[in-house]
Amino acid sequence: MEIYVFDGSLVGLLSAVFTFYERKSAVVKLMREDDYQPDLLGGKVEVHSDHGKAARVWKGLVKHIGMEGLNRFYAAFLGEDAAGYQCLFDLSRYVFERGGDVMEDFGNAHVLFVSQLARKVHREKHRMEAFVRFQKMADGLFAATMEPDYNVLPLIRKHFTDRYADQRWLIYDRRRKYGLYYNGDCTEEVAVELAERVEKGDGVSLPQNLLAADEVLYQRLWKGYFNHTNIPARKNTQLHIRHIPKRYWRYLTEKFDLHL
Amino acid sequence: MRIEEKLAILADAAKYDVSCSSSGGTRKNVGKGLGNSHVSGICHSYTEDGRCVSLLKILLTNHCIYDCAFCVSRRSNDIRRAAFKVQEVVDLTLNFYRRNYIEGLFLSSGIFKSADYTMERLLQIVKKLRTEERFHGYIHLKTIPGASEQLVREAGLYADRMSINLELPTEAGLKLLAPEKSHDEVKRPLDWVNKSMIQLNEERRVMRHVPKFVPAGQSTQLVVGASEESDKDILYTADRFYRDYGLKRVYYSGYIPVSKDSRLPGIGSPPPLLRENRLYQTDWLMRFYGFEVSELLDDAHPFLDTAIDPKLSWALRHPQEFPIDVNSADYRMILRVPGIGVGSAQKIVQARKFGKLRFDQLRKIGVALNRARHFIRCPDSVVTMREISPNEIRQHILSAQARRFSPTQLTLF
Repeated sequence: MEIYVFDGSLVGLLSAVFTFYERKSAVVKLMREDDYQPDLLGGKVEVHSDHGKAARVWKGLVKHIGMEGLNRFYAAFLGEDAAGYQCLFDLSRYVFERGGDVMEDFGNAHVLFVSQLARKVHREKHRMEAFVRFQKMADGLFAATMEPDYNVLPLIRKHFTDRYADQRWLIYDRRRKYGLYYNGDCTEEVAVELAERVEKGDGVSLPQNLLAADEVLYQRLWKGYFNHTNIPARKNTQLHIRHIPKRYWRYLTEKFDLHL
Repeated sequence: MRIEEKLAILADAAKYDVSCSSSGGTRKNVGKGLGNSHVSGICHSYTEDGRCVSLLKILLTNHCIYDCAFCVSRRSNDIRRAAFKVQEVVDLTLNFYRRNYIEGLFLSSGIFKSADYTMERLLQIVKKLRTEERFHGYIHLKTIPGASEQLVREAGLYADRMSINLELPTEAGLKLLAPEKSHDEVKRPLDWVNKSMIQLNEERRVMRHVPKFVPAGQSTQLVVGASEESDKDILYTADRFYRDYGLKRVYYSGYIPVSKDSRLPGIGSPPPLLRENRLYQTDWLMRFYGFEVSELLDDAHPFLDTAIDPKLSWALRHPQEFPIDVNSADYRMILRVPGIGVGSAQKIVQARKFGKLRFDQLRKIGVALNRARHFIRCPDSVVTMREISPNEIRQHILSAQARRFSPTQLTLF
């Protein structure tokens, strides 16, 4: 068995597929550099990320599974899952060896796993479209921090760009330490260190002295609205928590006392 | 009165309207305005009762000239009253939207002075949002019963969805609890809006620039458990409204006691949540699973079984239709198997093109086998010596559910 070690990028993963056919390997275990431990059995093969090779594999995949299939492939990749990388690798082989659009072959373990991982990522993307809470800064910037389970910023970019076209905004992923910034014209990836406070009880907020004058009022209004639109006679805590898992509460104005 | 107090009072008064859907809108953000529609809608938060918060749902005012017994804003009720100014609603909507709290506005109102006077105010707000503020987010606007046709049609140019509530499922119930109102008052505006939608859709086929008109369609709400209707009454009424007015949704709202009126369940009695849930499940079967309402409820079965879901209940009453072979049955029949939803049914039909499906694959696809296995056959099905009766299946499924939901261990004695 050979252990392919790649850099964790999409280009790296696709290059690994290319390398597999180039080297005519037999059994391959694929892992990220970060996950690799030298005492593992099997020879180590360092995969060199090569844009040219990756592009050829990408083109080959499009030919068989179409853009829709590739979107699913890409979403699963953003799942940053060790078993997921292996599955994407094995799925690519299945695509090239069987031919045709296999993305609906849910009886195949790789197809099903990739499809389910992509679904989880999409669910997280949808959650972020819902749970991002902007705070208006004194200079007019609408800023939000978050900590999604998966690397979903590339997937939510279009949604927020289309929606908030007339305000400058920033969405910052604390875990992956990068953000999306829309400057009123276009959206770009930025590596910023956003000044934030992590408060007692774990809430995350922006420093109050940097906020716009009416920001605290609107947070209070929203919180008040949230409490009054509830019907106590129908209380259902289990359902509430299923819909908003507790790990998101620290970023939600209505669930956490930020500046009140 | 401070804006916070107003918001508290007018959110409190609006919350018994259960619709919070923001799907079906088609608005795009043109010319760098604010907002757009998300095709499937977005629930931005969930209240502690587990309901979705998608829209800023408020009344313009809770002053009302009517005295409907089931309504918290009825004129004889001794509560605090408040009214928003037009600009206040506009500011709240925009500022909440800009912070990604909401998908848009759900605007309703008590009726003050007259129906037209109220409707005009609502119209002013949505017009201002759309034209002056260039707001392309979602707007759900209530039609005020008794408002003129001209106002209702004009509102349709700005709203994504319009709705007007039937409230009581039968005319008799309405006569008892809200004698000042009638079903006709609800049917008329539903019909105006529906006809305009159909007409504009036809024009759209031949002309390019036809204005949007209620793109997310119309809906209505039925109150459950305030009067004596059967489930059959409720769902036959819903079915008729789906057909006659092309409604997108009928909402079922378990009645929450807000009055000491002797005609109604007393304050403190629990809302019929399980019954409400079964009604929604049946509504789904009618809209997405190809069931006719008459297959699910009839004079012999005027109420839904609360212990089991309506699809399972139907399947147990029709043992002659089962078992079916998942590798050959048509999509329509696969949809009718208890434990198989629309998603799983579609996956099955796709996946079986690549090879025969077995039980473990069905489980991974997402089929609830504890229910489905009694109704399907796969290549690896266990052949049983004798037929199991529907009643045995029912007991089997119920006891499996009970085991799952009760964490306590059984005692010996």
